[in-house]
Amino acid sequence: MLSLNKVLMCQGAFSLRANLTIEAGCKVAVIGPSGAGKSTLVNAICGFVAVAEGQVQLDGRDITQALPSKRDMAILFQDNNLFPHLSIAQNVGLGIRPAMRLSQTETAQISMALDRVGLAGFEDRKPGALSGGQQSRAALARALVQGKSWMVLDEPFAALGPALRVEMLDLVASVALETGAGVLMVTHSPDDARRLADQVIFVADGVANPPVVTAELLDNPPPALKAYLG
Amino acid sequence: MAERAFQISHRLGISAAVFIAALILSALVAVAMRAEGEFTMTPGDWAALRFTIWQAILSAFFSCLFAIPVARALARRRFVGRSLLITLLGAPFILPVIVAVLGLLAIFGRSGLLNDALRAFGFETVSVYGLLGVVLAHVFFNLPLATRLMLQGWRSVPAERFRLIAQLGMPPRMVFRLIEWPLILRIVPGAFALVFVICLTSFAVALTLGGGPRATTIELAIYQAFRFDFDLGRAAVLSLLQIVVAGGAAVLALWLIPQVSFGGGLDRMQARWDVRRGFQRGIDAGFIGAAALFLILPLAAITLSGLRGLGDVPLHVWGTAWTSLWVALVSVLALLVLALPLAGWIATTRCASVETVGLLGLAASPLMIGTGWFIIIFPFADPADWALGVTIVVNALMALPFALRILVPVMRETVQSYSRLTQALGVQGVRLWMWILLPRLRPQIGFAAGLTGALSVGDLGVIALFADPDRATLPLQMYRLMGSYRSEAAAGAALILLVLAFGLFWILDAWGRRHAIAE
Repeated sequence: MLSLNKVLMCQGAFSLRANLTIEAGCKVAVIGPSGAGKSTLVNAICGFVAVAEGQVQLDGRDITQALPSKRDMAILFQDNNLFPHLSIAQNVGLGIRPAMRLSQTETAQISMALDRVGLAGFEDRKPGALSGGQQSRAALARALVQGKSWMVLDEPFAALGPALRVEMLDLVASVALETGAGVLMVTHSPDDARRLADQVIFVADGVANPPVVTAELLDNPPPALKAYLG
Repeated sequence: MAERAFQISHRLGISAAVFIAALILSALVAVAMRAEGEFTMTPGDWAALRFTIWQAILSAFFSCLFAIPVARALARRRFVGRSLLITLLGAPFILPVIVAVLGLLAIFGRSGLLNDALRAFGFETVSVYGLLGVVLAHVFFNLPLATRLMLQGWRSVPAERFRLIAQLGMPPRMVFRLIEWPLILRIVPGAFALVFVICLTSFAVALTLGGGPRATTIELAIYQAFRFDFDLGRAAVLSLLQIVVAGGAAVLALWLIPQVSFGGGLDRMQARWDVRRGFQRGIDAGFIGAAALFLILPLAAITLSGLRGLGDVPLHVWGTAWTSLWVALVSVLALLVLALPLAGWIATTRCASVETVGLLGLAASPLMIGTGWFIIIFPFADPADWALGVTIVVNALMALPFALRILVPVMRETVQSYSRLTQALGVQGVRLWMWILLPRLRPQIGFAAGLTGALSVGDLGVIALFADPDRATLPLQMYRLMGSYRSEAAAGAALILLVLAFGLFWILDAWGRRHAIAE
């Protein structure tokens, strides 16, 4: 269970409040207008943005001050998810443990993860030799071997075409099902939210609202959300 | 977005900065204590001060003046050998000063090509020694640098601008007024300041082409007080004068000096539809041809006479080549040990003034540091034993400002792109350096190492203060050969030095670019 207790996040003049709880294993989409603070919210949860007030708790443990790597979260960014000078296997291997020399079992684990996301045999390639979709898959393979209890996605598929995006969302869902991880995904698209998410956090006017069941919210949107959806 | 600091430890960078500051300050303190009570300036000192500033102004003025039409021509014309010529513009920067001087003497010297031609047509010959020679050599080194800076400016003009010009059919005069003149106004102050500061601490050029009461720089006066009179007190007074002048100028220039891009990409050509042919084309061809000859003739002269003189090079000179080589390699190591942590610190700190640490190397003159360290070492040991050690450290220090300009932008970019990912994965400390930073910066590390190696192998500075007959580097040995009129042997030594400097640069730079990831 992930909870934000009366949290205030500040970035320069911009501030965002959140007081909400997300159940473990739940798939949640974060939607809202541009500049409303969707990225600020997930960045604060991941530990990249300092929290000014309140507490972030993970399963009852206070993680407000924890390092990003100590938060039991696997993160996929919009871009720069892979180090271009490392091979795909090395990039995925960083998720098992930050050491370059991996044991045989670990190498096998990497190959299985790559196989799982449809990149069997791509171990020795460099990210530059992969398409955008394949790079997302490789990053997802790393999230798979990380085996964290949360996967946080900050619009990682925004640059992909519609068909590919749907494919990746389904892959995320099945990876999450496999590892039992909860998913927190920032997105612009209500369709993406419907496809993946059980619940939706709507961010607007300086507030991140508590999660509501996806269909319920999107079918009967409050005025602010209605204005955003158009 | 990332509010937390990147996980590069600042400890190493701060240690490096403290080490550098201690090195320079201890020399300064030693000099100040030695000069105590002797702060009087003789007429000779005033003359040295006047000459130092005057020659630096003239050198900067002519370098920038000629760089404008050359850069303009290079920006407008596409021709065979264009990218080769632009690469060649980088050569003087790593060319050992004493080698270039020998090359310039072969063209402009007493029995050089120019005077031969003047004699043949019955004109008076010109003497290249004194102010003229010093400025000529400085323009040889800095005209290409200024030209590269200007070319950067031309490249910053958006391609659409030139399409618009072609569309509107603007004449060259209008293009000059609308685009090129504002560009020149923007770049010239910085280029002028950079060349001025570089020329203020010029030593080897003044040593070989200057001299006498009318053409002595402060740096040369320090050397003369030291070597000829062994008057440490006067050397100390002059050192203080030097640091006031050079340090003051460096601080003033700090606001003006542009971001120097040493990397490639300058040879890429912007499509131009204006200025196709006719008169304009003739002007451009003239400037490009003159600049190319000015660059290539001395280099060709060194190579030719060097090949002839190679057999006359005494065996012990070959030995000093070996000394120079390992001194240069240790300098490269010293530079990297200092520059990499500093770059990491500068790239991640919010305190912008930290970047000035790197400029200390420009402000402090090598002979000032040398004098200071001589005074410190002298009571305890024979300074000649320390000649190579001090040379290594000073060479690394002199290359530091350039190395930081090369490393910091890429370090910054790497931090911006990957700080969140490395934090999320918990990669830090030694691993962060070994897996992420060093591999990402490899091309820049190779380039900075190559520059340092070449500058160090060709350096004739501190070593001239410290060395005794048994300990010398190749540039010093070559200077001694020139001084004893063994010009064939000196030419041979010049060729060896040229090959060493360019070879070191080429090998280290190529190492950096090998396996560079195409992204």
